[in-house]
Amino acid sequence: MANEPKSTFRNDARAKVSGRAQYADDIRLPGMAHAVPVYTRFVRAENLRVDASAARAAPGVLGVFTAADVPGQVRFGQIVRDYPMLAEGTIRCEGEVIALAVADTRRRALAAAALVVETADELPPVTDPQAALAAGAPVVRWGGDDNLANHGRVRRGDAAKVLASCDLVVEETFSTQAVEHAYMEPESAVAIPRPDGVLEIRGSMQHPFSTRRFVSALLGVSLAEVEVVDTTTGGGFGGKDDTAAIVCARAALAARKLGRPVKLTYDREWSFRESYKRHPYRLRYRVGFSKDGTARAAEIDMLCDSGAYTSVTPWVNWRSTAQCCGPYYVDAVRMDIRAAATNNVFTGAMRGFGAPQVNFAVEQVMDIAAERLGLSPLEIRRKNMVKQDGLTITGQRLDTHVVSLGQVMDTVVRDSGYEAKLARCTRGKARDGRLYGIGLAISYRGASLGAEGLDYCSAVVNVQSDGSVLLDAAIHENGQGAESVQMLILAEELGLPVERIRRQRSSTSRIPDGGTTVATRGTLMGGGAVAQAARELKRLMAETLADELGDPASIRFEDGRVGVPGEPSLSWEEAIARMYDRRVYPYAFGTFRAPPVSWDEHTGQGDAYFTYVYSCQAAEVSVDPATGKVSLLALWASHDVGRAINRPLTLGQAYGGMVQAAGMALMEDLAQAGGRIGNRNLDRYKIPRARDIPEMRCTLVENPDPNSPTGAKGIGEPAVELLAPAIANAVYNATGVRCRDLPIRLDPEDLK
Amino acid sequence: MTITLTVNGVPYTRDAAENKTLLHFLREDLGLTGTKEGCGMGECGACTVFLNGRTVNSCCVLAVEADGASIETIEGEAGPAGLSEIQKAFDRNHAVQCGFCTPGMILSVKELLKAKPKPTVAEIKEAIEGNFCRCTGYEQIVEAVLDVTGQGTGKGRLDHV
Repeated sequence: MANEPKSTFRNDARAKVSGRAQYADDIRLPGMAHAVPVYTRFVRAENLRVDASAARAAPGVLGVFTAADVPGQVRFGQIVRDYPMLAEGTIRCEGEVIALAVADTRRRALAAAALVVETADELPPVTDPQAALAAGAPVVRWGGDDNLANHGRVRRGDAAKVLASCDLVVEETFSTQAVEHAYMEPESAVAIPRPDGVLEIRGSMQHPFSTRRFVSALLGVSLAEVEVVDTTTGGGFGGKDDTAAIVCARAALAARKLGRPVKLTYDREWSFRESYKRHPYRLRYRVGFSKDGTARAAEIDMLCDSGAYTSVTPWVNWRSTAQCCGPYYVDAVRMDIRAAATNNVFTGAMRGFGAPQVNFAVEQVMDIAAERLGLSPLEIRRKNMVKQDGLTITGQRLDTHVVSLGQVMDTVVRDSGYEAKLARCTRGKARDGRLYGIGLAISYRGASLGAEGLDYCSAVVNVQSDGSVLLDAAIHENGQGAESVQMLILAEELGLPVERIRRQRSSTSRIPDGGTTVATRGTLMGGGAVAQAARELKRLMAETLADELGDPASIRFEDGRVGVPGEPSLSWEEAIARMYDRRVYPYAFGTFRAPPVSWDEHTGQGDAYFTYVYSCQAAEVSVDPATGKVSLLALWASHDVGRAINRPLTLGQAYGGMVQAAGMALMEDLAQAGGRIGNRNLDRYKIPRARDIPEMRCTLVENPDPNSPTGAKGIGEPAVELLAPAIANAVYNATGVRCRDLPIRLDPEDLK
Repeated sequence: MTITLTVNGVPYTRDAAENKTLLHFLREDLGLTGTKEGCGMGECGACTVFLNGRTVNSCCVLAVEADGASIETIEGEAGPAGLSEIQKAFDRNHAVQCGFCTPGMILSVKELLKAKPKPTVAEIKEAIEGNFCRCTGYEQIVEAVLDVTGQGTGKGRLDHV
């Protein structure tokens, strides 16, 4: 490659290691007031009445706001407008906020919050999704006449008929739990009424444009009257969308009412109580195989808990639908997924987005079938995995990119020594007092939004007269390193050192809405838009300078010079000076639109995604037969990311994803009973600590994707979606006990 | 009550409410916002600071308990010559993602290296056991510590059977 990219770079690391990075709660402004939420004491209730008179009279109180104070829409949502900014009439979960207390200090706001009096007619909560969908269940879905929040399906061939003729039918039921994102920074927002009439928002969020939609709808003002300014965000993992946006909207309401800056910072308990979780699923699989291991048919039923609001449940379910058979081709499939509205905490986007649940089931079904057919886990996977130019279960032909499922699996098998270790698994017979096992899982993951939504993104390259470059893009930095990737892509395209580029602080008023920073689309879509903007700039410069430099099509941008190879060239700075001399701005706007996709929601057939990421992960475990405690010994991964733009950050995504998945597999469990969350802080909701995690190895596979402007696909979500089944398979190979429910819990009685 | 303490070598005398945590005192009264609040109950380590030479969770210490104490926060880690060697190693090894745990993590590593200039991987993990990181999976943090202690960042054998 002519412009070898600098492969290790992070634009925000110096600020972060020195404590100077400014997160929302670090912002201090003159006259800034402090808001705190007042939570309902109910889970389900009607005829809500809020008396804030005593709170309003408390010392230092500037205002106590309820739903009656909302000038625009009280309810908002990305698909269904059912998430109340402030509760109105009905209480549908314990996370509902009935009022916002605002005072000159946070302490006084907290004191006032305790004085708000709430009365309502309490009703028994509906908390079991199965019961919620039963006939005659109380309807808790907002605006609905039943509790069915979503229904997705796949209809391909006659699955029932084919199943009847299969040599083996594996029938299994699995369940997965609600998982908390546990980003280290709880939600926080500062809203600032500006003299120009614009309400400025600085907050912790993944999606400035999504936040702007929430704020403008709730205040009843236009999008142009709200400006969301990029602020350092302390992690998101899918979790800083709806709730983070509504925290911003509440701060905005108070700021607008009081005409002064207002900060609303959540403590960890509030964050646990109100923020959405990963959807818990119940999954029933019936998969038919022929003797040689060919998966011929599947009947699949999934039920998930959507909780009190819809959020993005239909989109999460859609990914579970399109990927319901994991990375395997099955000729006949009947699949249904239903989501139930309940009075539990609502569920929404979390890294993995409907795939970890499905993979937990599918990848265990494959191991179970292999054992019963006398095949190795590798043989059965090789036989059924999607192949180059082959079909998916949605009828999509995979002929536009390299299908590398076999390659990534072979890589992990080689790196881990899987086959030799599989032979040494203890299968319930302890060796030296320990049980040992290895297990693996594979996946394919549709990149970006697919047929879930409109998929396009934009970037701006604005070269200054001294040759320094300002870059803006509509993908947000959540901590994953998106800005650094954008800068490296631009540096490579322009043949400049990355130090010449500054990623400007963006806002919703400076660049068009580029969609949300979700779905492993940051590098693919945001990076793609940067590449397109760079190419547009190069085209403009080549055409403008052709009379001096020669054939525009032959002009190259390499090593800080611009020109036709072998001909006289200009330095980058000289070329930029020429552009300004000629009154042609070296400025370009680039967009990347995802190639077309398609979907028939009645049959679940179509070209679901324009490309896929292929992955394999393996885990080695040791189990103490006396206690049932599972210890991780080593984790292995291989992902085909298309191209790793920033190699160490790509690996960092893989490691971090694996550890989140290990937490889901072994320890994380939201203790929810009667609609109330029992573990609302990190003391009782356990996430992995350093000593829980063994050494990890990830080998990147790079088959550049022709449909990606940079060749890159992504890594964020593939990394998190398949370690739980790999661990479950390892635990089985160690103990002979099949764990169908997450988190994995072993009863020592079963290990005797 | 009025308290007097030294933070990063600078003496301060301030009034502090008796129920105010050292964390909130540092952030709100002294404007030193590099120290973060992740849980408010001493579990996550984001609020780690040095108090008289030992790390503490500053959310679990009252400001009045720090009367007369010497405090070091992340703001004191970089010197006039720039970032400390630990900070540079975190940057170089991509031990930073969202950055919210980073200040506390760096101070826990600093305490480790005072006692053990060449820690093993197990000792590194023990030292950062009280600091949650949700982004990195800890791998590149361990690599940064191995790097700054001159032990390379090479992978081990990963052979467990």
